[in-house]
Amino acid sequence: MTGEMPILLPVMPELIMGIGAMLLLMLGVFQGDKSYGQMANLSILLMVVAAFVMITQVGGDRQLTFGGMFVTDAFAVFTKTLVFIGSGIAILMSASYMRQMGISKFEYPILILLATLGMMVMISANNLMSLYVGLELQSLSLYVLAALNRDRSRSTEAGLKYFVLGALSSGMLLYGVSLIYGFAGTTDFDTLATTLKAMHEPQVGIIIGMVFLMAGLAFKVSAVPFHMWTPDVYEGSPTPVTAFFAAAPKVAALALFVRVMTTGFPSMSGEWQQVVVFISIASMLVGSFVALVQTNIKRLMAYSSIGHIGYALVGLAAATPAGVEALLIYIAIYLTMTLGSFGAILTLRRSEGMVEEISDLSGLSQTNLPLAIAVAIFMFSLAGIPLLAGFWGKWYVFLAAVEAGLIPLAVIGVLTSVVGAFYYLRIIKVMFFDEPAPAFESGHGRAVSSVIAIAAIVNSPVSYFLLIGPLVAAASWAAGSLLF
Amino acid sequence: MNFLIHNLLSLMMLVPLIGAGFVLIVRHQDKEIEKRNIRWVTLLATLFTFVLSIVLWGLFDGSTADFQFVEKYEWIGNSISYHVGVDGISMLFVVLTAFLMPIVVLASWESVETRVKEYMIAFLLLETLMIGVFSALDIFLFYVFFEGGLIPMYLIIGVWGGLNRIYASFKFFLYTLLGSVLMLVAVFYMFIETGTTDIPMLMNHHFDADVQNLLWLAFFASFAVKMPMWPVHTWLPDAHVQAPTAGSVILAGVLLKMGGYGFLRFSLPMFPEATMHFAWLVFALSIIAIVYTSLVALVQNDIKKLIAYSSVAHMGFVTIGIFVLNANGIEGAIFTMLSHGIVSGALFLCVGVIYDRLHTREISRYGGLSINMKIYATIFVIFSMASVGLPGMSGFVGEFLVLNGAYTYDSWIAFFATTGVVLGAAYMLYLVRRLVFGELDKDDVKAMPDLNLREKIIFVPLVAVVFWMGIYPNSFLDPIHASVQNLIDTKFSAFENQTVVNVGPVEETEAPAAEAHHDAH
Repeated sequence: MTGEMPILLPVMPELIMGIGAMLLLMLGVFQGDKSYGQMANLSILLMVVAAFVMITQVGGDRQLTFGGMFVTDAFAVFTKTLVFIGSGIAILMSASYMRQMGISKFEYPILILLATLGMMVMISANNLMSLYVGLELQSLSLYVLAALNRDRSRSTEAGLKYFVLGALSSGMLLYGVSLIYGFAGTTDFDTLATTLKAMHEPQVGIIIGMVFLMAGLAFKVSAVPFHMWTPDVYEGSPTPVTAFFAAAPKVAALALFVRVMTTGFPSMSGEWQQVVVFISIASMLVGSFVALVQTNIKRLMAYSSIGHIGYALVGLAAATPAGVEALLIYIAIYLTMTLGSFGAILTLRRSEGMVEEISDLSGLSQTNLPLAIAVAIFMFSLAGIPLLAGFWGKWYVFLAAVEAGLIPLAVIGVLTSVVGAFYYLRIIKVMFFDEPAPAFESGHGRAVSSVIAIAAIVNSPVSYFLLIGPLVAAASWAAGSLLF
Repeated sequence: MNFLIHNLLSLMMLVPLIGAGFVLIVRHQDKEIEKRNIRWVTLLATLFTFVLSIVLWGLFDGSTADFQFVEKYEWIGNSISYHVGVDGISMLFVVLTAFLMPIVVLASWESVETRVKEYMIAFLLLETLMIGVFSALDIFLFYVFFEGGLIPMYLIIGVWGGLNRIYASFKFFLYTLLGSVLMLVAVFYMFIETGTTDIPMLMNHHFDADVQNLLWLAFFASFAVKMPMWPVHTWLPDAHVQAPTAGSVILAGVLLKMGGYGFLRFSLPMFPEATMHFAWLVFALSIIAIVYTSLVALVQNDIKKLIAYSSVAHMGFVTIGIFVLNANGIEGAIFTMLSHGIVSGALFLCVGVIYDRLHTREISRYGGLSINMKIYATIFVIFSMASVGLPGMSGFVGEFLVLNGAYTYDSWIAFFATTGVVLGAAYMLYLVRRLVFGELDKDDVKAMPDLNLREKIIFVPLVAVVFWMGIYPNSFLDPIHASVQNLIDTKFSAFENQTVVNVGPVEETEAPAAEAHHDAH
């Protein structure tokens, strides 16, 4: 905290993203909405550059800067890479949809850039203050993105709902932060951990503060009971925006959740473990049972993502390095399944516009077999059936849970996955067993097709056997860098 | 050549996959020619796999209980490996799978006209997975194959099935999944305790008695559904009735055997104490299954449903045979599974033949087939008799061994199981009476032609095997014997003298000892 210049190397990717976003914004203002395509390409380029700098220059060693506010380590590199993939693909898949809906505004890619920057700060936060700054930068960008289609009431409604509930959760989070600061006298994670360790019995104020903090974080990952916004926001937002919501922000928020809990409150794991077990079970139950009655694909995906967050949190509930490793494997695989599924939703285009009811998929296997096979791969993968990547995620999180002695949690988890399998199977049934509906129009663009194809290959049995080794190694490397 | 033999099992799994790849790229402007080519490619792939399985059988050394044709490669970390191999318990199931596949491909030759390409790919994929289940020597690998098989079977029932296929396919998938996820949790526990997923290593590990009970129940949930045992058998009649003929054959012939195989591969060797502890449960459920489902079979109007219920009853014999824990019982159980695989598969094919002609499975719509379809009637009667367990045919040997084993364990169990034989004769003969005998008074039945050449070709090997198994069962029992004896010697003989629990082979003190065993619980 001297007047010296902080070390800038660890924050280089964030600086590139921040300065780049500002420059692009200026460029966009001068050029207007016709520059959408150019902005999108430049944004992706910017992310590639930032990712390249992060991987080659920053590396996986633990480095602190800005007086301990900002940390970068292997965990950050791993999750930020996932965030880059999620955000980049979201921009990539948006172009033709945005054009067709008449909302190809140049702000769109820039908002995603800013949201991504917020996520990067969240992931690297090592202090409750930087946590909040990152979270708000991300959230405010997301609120605007949800309401991007200003002329449609559903989109603006989604934005408003998201904002109001998000503000409420930020309030809770801040309340928790102030309690923690009041009782522990610090906001720095490392100092917090040592302070808490020194107290033999954590004070009630700290516990209350921690629970409020967790409530705010649970809202961001859309875990039950703070999930109410998810279906409405997913349904109301333009589909590419929903695809973005379902992928990158979930990764960042989970990463933040993990970092706060494991580096800030390691000595209180007995306390927070109970909370995580509860929200994990509640999310798995709500995610699987409520999804049964959905007819809209985007709402279905919303509940499905709630359920999957529940499964990922099983890894955190274990409160062990193996559990965190499992969580990282889970979200990496979840990212590919989600992006692929939303890519498929983006192709559901008829002459009257985009359709998003499950029944619209009827007989897809007879009108467009490759797409039907790809969707079937995503659905079986989401259901966690062996031979598809999703099973690996389930394997590792429940393995970690059993290892940590949480056998009831694992049993509830696998049972809800059977319920979940029902609605994924229903989509496959509609595509393969039902009589065909009119075929979909093409025109979703080559980018969307390639995303679907790549995601399908990643989830397919072929890579099931080949890709998992490197992924496990990377996740174990990332999880190893967290201080337990 | 040596290389091939060392990788025989992998090769057997690979050939159907390669076949599926070829099917995928077969294209022709004329759709009929394309379909014909697809069928031939599939048939050749399955035949080639069958030839390989004959090589496997030929080179199998029946004098040892060790795993043979073992291949082991590191896969993930040093815990999970690609480890396959067969012993006497699993080898014949691999052969059975490979034997039934070309037959079902031939059986679908004309009856499947829509989406032939996807159909054949699904079956080829299923064959790989089924061979994988029986040859996996890593519990993770086993689970993957075991559960992965749901996907093609779900599609086969759902796409090419009957009117109520969607209900049946969901029920099949979810029931089986529900059972096996509990097994998954048990697998986690075992992996964490032992640090390995290797089946031979897990067999040598001794789990705590209390833990064994829970693990046993978790595995039981999975295998009992797959078997299926009463009261979790209800998915089977639905799945059988709605599945296309070939699907029913594979379901009855191979998929049901995975439950019994699972008991023998996991429950018995890994949790021996729990196996003895819960044997009464299995006997109770099996006896209920035998009596109850036989009675249910008596009142069925649907041919496929009747055979499906008879399958549940036969599987009751299998579970009794497995859990009496003596050589006769277990060998009889394996033999019954093999025989039932052939016979019930053949019976479903018989149903398929007349279903292709009249498109109904109602028993009352037929009658008097022995007058206009003489060859068909002969074959149908042969398989019905084999199913009943007429001496000289395959069904008899298995049932005899099982009842023999059950009698040495507890004569009451044998008593109740034998009622199943009587009831089995009742419902099968009643079916034969209604289907192939009686008046030929229905015009549409009169118009049905007898078997064509393709159908004859399908049935010839099945009839031959049924008699071969019945007349010279030793060709099938010889390879089984060493492995079964080893299982009993290493896992169960140790308990004979220690406690009142007596599960050994025939002894005069058997009956009181067995009763004491029951009282103890």
